[in-house]
Amino acid sequence: MSINRKELEEIATLAQLNIPESQVNEITISLNQVVAMIEHINEADTAAVKPMAHPNDAVQLVRYDEVTDGSHKDELLALATQADDDHYLVPKVID
Amino acid sequence: MINLTIRQMSELLVSKQINVQELSGLFHDRCRVHNQTTGALITLNNEINAAELLNAQASIEAGDSLLAGIPLLHKDLFCTQGVKTTCGSKMLENFVPPYDATAVKRLADAGMVTLGKANMDEFAMGSSNEHSAFMAVNNPWDLSRVPGGSSGGSAAAVAARMVPIATGTDTGGSIRQPAAFCGITGIKPSYGRVSRHGMVAFASSLDQGGVMAPGADDCGLVLSAMTGHDSLDSTSANQPPWQWKKPETADMQGLKVGVASAWIEGLKDPDIKQKTTEAIEQLRCNGAEIIEIELPHADLAVSAYYVLAPAECSSNLSRFDGVRFGYQAKEISDLESLYRQSRTEGFGEEVKKRIMIGAWALSSGYYDAYYLKAQKVRRLISEDFKKAFTEVDIIACPVSPELPFKHGEKVDGISMYQADKFTIPASLAGLPCLSMPIGFSENPQGRLPIGLQLIGRYFDEQSILSVADKYQQQTEHHLQVPEAFQ
Repeated sequence: MSINRKELEEIATLAQLNIPESQVNEITISLNQVVAMIEHINEADTAAVKPMAHPNDAVQLVRYDEVTDGSHKDELLALATQADDDHYLVPKVID
Repeated sequence: MINLTIRQMSELLVSKQINVQELSGLFHDRCRVHNQTTGALITLNNEINAAELLNAQASIEAGDSLLAGIPLLHKDLFCTQGVKTTCGSKMLENFVPPYDATAVKRLADAGMVTLGKANMDEFAMGSSNEHSAFMAVNNPWDLSRVPGGSSGGSAAAVAARMVPIATGTDTGGSIRQPAAFCGITGIKPSYGRVSRHGMVAFASSLDQGGVMAPGADDCGLVLSAMTGHDSLDSTSANQPPWQWKKPETADMQGLKVGVASAWIEGLKDPDIKQKTTEAIEQLRCNGAEIIEIELPHADLAVSAYYVLAPAECSSNLSRFDGVRFGYQAKEISDLESLYRQSRTEGFGEEVKKRIMIGAWALSSGYYDAYYLKAQKVRRLISEDFKKAFTEVDIIACPVSPELPFKHGEKVDGISMYQADKFTIPASLAGLPCLSMPIGFSENPQGRLPIGLQLIGRYFDEQSILSVADKYQQQTEHHLQVPEAFQ
């Protein structure tokens, strides 16, 4: 298995990253080195093995979707580069 | 003063031979003076927090915390209210969190005094601390060499005694390897033991906060105050706070120590091989029984890790979109470009590489073949440990196959990944593990620290810290300070 240029473009889209033309070769080689290393997992016989998502196999705990630490609206909005009193501001989406 | 343990410093504070301002001031000065040469801190607080000093003084007078008045640094991925938390990244260069991480809050409640934030590899991705967006960290034992990573700033700061304690985090070895490279003790507790709330996430099923200090007793005291269930972290273990008990003697009668001989025989560095062998012999001389174990799937751990950790990283780091917080690219006219350009400019090359590997492993057509397969290999590795722990109480093995290397020496990313082969298996299994200093290389490369890794059963931090403390009752490797920082 190896990643080609077309797949690299698809990966960049999934990752929401831009890859400058000048770096395409270098990044493709670098990613394929990792892919080659990863391939070793295929040496293991896992036919009867269940995937392990968490070390303690714990079930994800849930809680009521309630604000428990007060409202920090202003502090949180202040972290954004562009915001008004109630909203994050982004470039126009709909004409 | 700089080489005192927490218990000794606490005694001086309680007996009023020194006050909290003087103790914090002494270490604050050391941080200021030595940061230029080590690069260990990203942020040194301009002033020591007055509220923390008052809280520390009250705790000392009430006699309710051994940690009261002890200064520390937090790795710069623990959120600290009102203090910049950069995660070593341009992406978060100006991020000032409105809240404290649970671990930070618990240590402050115990009376500890935060002096600043420690340098790190960007988003905790790296084993050399050369991947910080701000500056590389230098190893206090040889400034031309790396301190390890990703908690390299924490390790260097403790090694240079700029602080007596620093927090760290460990995903695949990021506490243990820098602790070994810098000649200090570092513990990664069991997964779930320390709340991840307020720790900037890298790989959620692997990340775990821990402690770095000269000795095991200090690590045990601080770790105790960080533990306990936290409802703000859904993966926090439903366990009461853990309490470290310092052993009274160095006797190890009845202790069964597992050793995978092949791991030691395969070591190419003669000094690491010799010191590892000698340290295990020391455990045997103290009464421990050394038992051969097998971990047959451990050699697949690095490969599995580089599927799972990047997959989780690509998911976690998708939150950095340039809109709600963090870096935003300038003069962008559409939303899609705003996302992509902000991430492209805000993340460093290693972080982008791992995000892309993760996005690939999770993408259609590869999910089953790589992501689920790696999760299955993870279970095989975990089962190997479970089997071994039916016969032994702890496992002793190397931390790293190599000594601290020179800055810029490792240009091949894969060889840096492979060097984590001894730390990653226990990470995948979520087990508690530590690194303790066992001596120094004495070869032409210079005097460089070497560590031994101890791995325990799930939630048995006590056993590994006890063995480290017993070893340290008889040795002085952990008390050594590089000459330039004495």
